[in-house]
Amino acid sequence: METVLSILCGILAAASIYLMLAGNLIRFIFGLVLASNAVNLLIFISGRLSIFHPPLIPEGRAISEMPMANALPQALILTAIVIGFALLTFVFILFYRAYETLGTIDTKAMRFAEPVEKKDVSDTNAMEGNRL
Amino acid sequence: MNWLLVLPVILPFTFAAVTLQFRNDFRQQQNLSILGALLHCGACLYLLVYVRQNGMAVTQIGNWTAPFGITLVADHLSIIMVAVTGILNLSVTFYSKAEINPNLLKAGYHPLMHILIGGVCGAFLTGDLFNLYVWFEVMLMASFGLLVLGQKKQQFDGGVKYVMINLFATLLFITGLGLLYGLTGTLNMADLHLKVQEVTDKGLLTAIAAIFMVAFGIKSGMFPLFFWLPASYHTPPVAISAIFAGLLTKVGVYALIRMFSLVFTFDVAYTHGILLIAAILTMITGVLGAAAFNEFRRILSFHIISQVGYMVMGLALFTPLALTGSVFYILHHMIVKANLFLISGVTGKSGGSFELAKLGGFYRSSGFLAILFFIPAFSLAGFPPLSGFWAKMILIRAGLEIQSYAVAATAAVVGLLTVYSMTKIWGEAFWKPKPEATNVEINDKGETTGFWMFLPIIILATLTIIIGLVPEPFLKMAEQAAIELLDPNIYVKAMLGEI
Repeated sequence: METVLSILCGILAAASIYLMLAGNLIRFIFGLVLASNAVNLLIFISGRLSIFHPPLIPEGRAISEMPMANALPQALILTAIVIGFALLTFVFILFYRAYETLGTIDTKAMRFAEPVEKKDVSDTNAMEGNRL
Repeated sequence: MNWLLVLPVILPFTFAAVTLQFRNDFRQQQNLSILGALLHCGACLYLLVYVRQNGMAVTQIGNWTAPFGITLVADHLSIIMVAVTGILNLSVTFYSKAEINPNLLKAGYHPLMHILIGGVCGAFLTGDLFNLYVWFEVMLMASFGLLVLGQKKQQFDGGVKYVMINLFATLLFITGLGLLYGLTGTLNMADLHLKVQEVTDKGLLTAIAAIFMVAFGIKSGMFPLFFWLPASYHTPPVAISAIFAGLLTKVGVYALIRMFSLVFTFDVAYTHGILLIAAILTMITGVLGAAAFNEFRRILSFHIISQVGYMVMGLALFTPLALTGSVFYILHHMIVKANLFLISGVTGKSGGSFELAKLGGFYRSSGFLAILFFIPAFSLAGFPPLSGFWAKMILIRAGLEIQSYAVAATAAVVGLLTVYSMTKIWGEAFWKPKPEATNVEINDKGETTGFWMFLPIIILATLTIIIGLVPEPFLKMAEQAAIELLDPNIYVKAMLGEI
């Protein structure tokens, strides 16, 4: 089971990196979704998977005598999912606003903060970029 | 529970909530924000004094004992960072009273700033790796918001790149964290130090160490992972870029120092060897990048990178003197760098541009400002008797001490090249006469260069001079921090009790 999930994790990670490097904001978001899922899955596996050792303690005992599965990774993933979801919402809005303002989703065309150097110093584009 | 440790984290969040309530009353909001920054600064400095007198302070949140709950720890490294954060926050809050206009206030400048500071302090104080991740996220979230505040074209452009790479770095961080947990079964940093020694497969650990190195390397702007920094830091309003320049990359450096002195010390020759090479290249590329540009804030942004190289170099050499130098360098750099950004704001506001070609004549028109620029600029370059001189000297000496002549030489040469950039700014913005043909309207002087702009610059410049003239107490502090970093048993004992 762990092997299968590890491979799945690797495929997700590879696909996400491919998407993130595509130079397109929409693809980047999809890549990000995949990447965060891959990472969550990875934490999940790192807690070791087992269906034979539920983390349940018999009544009247303080600790379990049997080895039991680790439940902490689930808690960690939950936190990571919540944070990831918030970030994703923000990224969606930011990219949409960026598209509205800049008029492009091609990252190569986004040279407003670092305008291409021109010999003429009074280039209007560069000036606009650096005025207060 | 020791409430002193909680204060630097909880005060900013309280004031974020309070200032949000006053979002329609700008005057009140600003006053409350200054009150919040004052209280926070006071709490941070008091904690510094407390730790100096009583040694490392530890508190278990919710009284959950150490390896299970979240622990806040204030050792000397954390406390130096927190104290400087308090000072910077106060200075920038003063400055924002002059710079931040109602539009930005309406968009939530003050609440976001307080959340950012709370996140940064949390990251410095936590003793739990997952908690560190959460603080990173809190800090990032606030910084995303601040970076695009004002909604200019270049801000969106810089912001998109900043968000992309930082999210990726965070994902790498949590990947490393998950793998490390799978290997050791703990997330408490002191416990990690012990458990890592029991791991038999050191190869896996080295791989995890590399993941952490890349994640924190992106955050701190190390070579070759720094490109997001000069793409974004010059775009937001000056108060925001000053606090970013002073704090954010240093959180990355802090995390690097913490992890690579406490957890990943099993193969110092390998991991710290990579760090050393990266540090050297960071120093060189940063300073050369700065030489290529003619825009005030972009030059300064590149200098952040080259300075991060010095800090990582101290960590990579991993001797008591080198770590002392590293900590001292961070202390000096945070103050100086934030100050330089604030000064760029003053010249930018009264000159109407950040382009050096369009600035000029400040030496003639405002001699006082020229002196105020002179202090942090030449401290950054490492002129005696300013704070940067001591910082660079300790690091170079640490390099010579262990016969790393190439490293020491690089550090010295990069210092020299820093002088080049600083004299470029000096010559262009201050010395040369004001260019005639400026089609940018020059703001009325009385309105723009007010009391609230100069107050923080004077405070920070004074601190630079004090550190330069009386380095002894600051050096003692950095030395103590280095001792604690090199002997993790002190940290472990304080956090987990007697073993």
